[in-house]
Amino acid sequence: MLNVPAAVRLLVPTSGDEGEGFHAPTIEEFFPPQLFGEGTWWGPTRIDLTGFFMAGVLSLFFVLAFKRTTIVPGKLQNLGEMAVDAVYVNVIDEVMGAKGRRFAPLLVTLFWMILAFNITGIVPPFMIAGTSVIGVPLVLALVSYAVFNWAGIKEHGVGAYLKMNLFPPGVPKPIYVLVTPIEFISTFILRPVTLTIRLLANMMSGHLLLVLFFGATSYFLFEVSGLMKSVAIVSYAMGFIFVLFEVIVALLQAYIFTLLTAVYIDGATSHEH
Amino acid sequence: MELLAEINGNVNAIGYGLAAIGPGIGIGILVGKALEGIARQPEATGVLRTNMFLGIAFTEALALIGLVAGFLFT
Repeated sequence: MLNVPAAVRLLVPTSGDEGEGFHAPTIEEFFPPQLFGEGTWWGPTRIDLTGFFMAGVLSLFFVLAFKRTTIVPGKLQNLGEMAVDAVYVNVIDEVMGAKGRRFAPLLVTLFWMILAFNITGIVPPFMIAGTSVIGVPLVLALVSYAVFNWAGIKEHGVGAYLKMNLFPPGVPKPIYVLVTPIEFISTFILRPVTLTIRLLANMMSGHLLLVLFFGATSYFLFEVSGLMKSVAIVSYAMGFIFVLFEVIVALLQAYIFTLLTAVYIDGATSHEH
Repeated sequence: MELLAEINGNVNAIGYGLAAIGPGIGIGILVGKALEGIARQPEATGVLRTNMFLGIAFTEALALIGLVAGFLFT
């Protein structure tokens, strides 16, 4: 050791004999071991089971809330009506107007399912979002893709629907050479891709951040000696703040996914073009 | 060939940093303008807020693709 004052030496992190040092979280976080049925394609990991559990909770809630509906709602039915009304007011009426009401079952389900799957990222027994593996966002995006195309084709017919999307009016004819490929890629390819990636990457990065901060807290608290131990307080505080941040992200991503689906459906079925 | 410069560690981190610049500026401008609009015309708050979130969703996608690309192309 160089000849430095003792106070400075205290600030240099030195790992103790035991412990294996700090491991930054990697992508392996999202590939946990299969709990049973190892090696088979269906063997569920804890992320899959989280998804099944939350789907069960959500179904149970809505079934119980609307099993026997009455004119004057009881407590549970009131809660269920608030849940449905939140999507009606904030998404459907805002974007689609009265004609969007027929898509309400899809949009309400999308919103509450994504929210339930996202929120498990910060609920202690799970601590991982059901949407942080690609399967769930991909299937939801494909459902959204199928529905807005189906709605558009049903409204306009195949030819008119494609013409509306690929040849937007009010463009000089030669420019279609440029516009049509761009419109095709952005409407029919990039829409489902970005829907998937937006949800997936948000939940993935949120989980990695939490693992990073709480992993660092544990490392600084137990394996580092000297004054550097106090960094654990900062690290823990950051972790706590990001837990709160994740609540906002979970809500926002559920809202944005539902909102975008509503906008795509509205765009496909509108007649202004 | 003579080696002039060398980088240690993961280059993906730099890539993600670059990918975050544009969307960061974009979301800043977007939300700023939306707030300006809301301040000028509070009765348009609902429409402005919805469109603000839509714009954020499109802009943010670029940064998130940067994040995913960092994991994909290792």
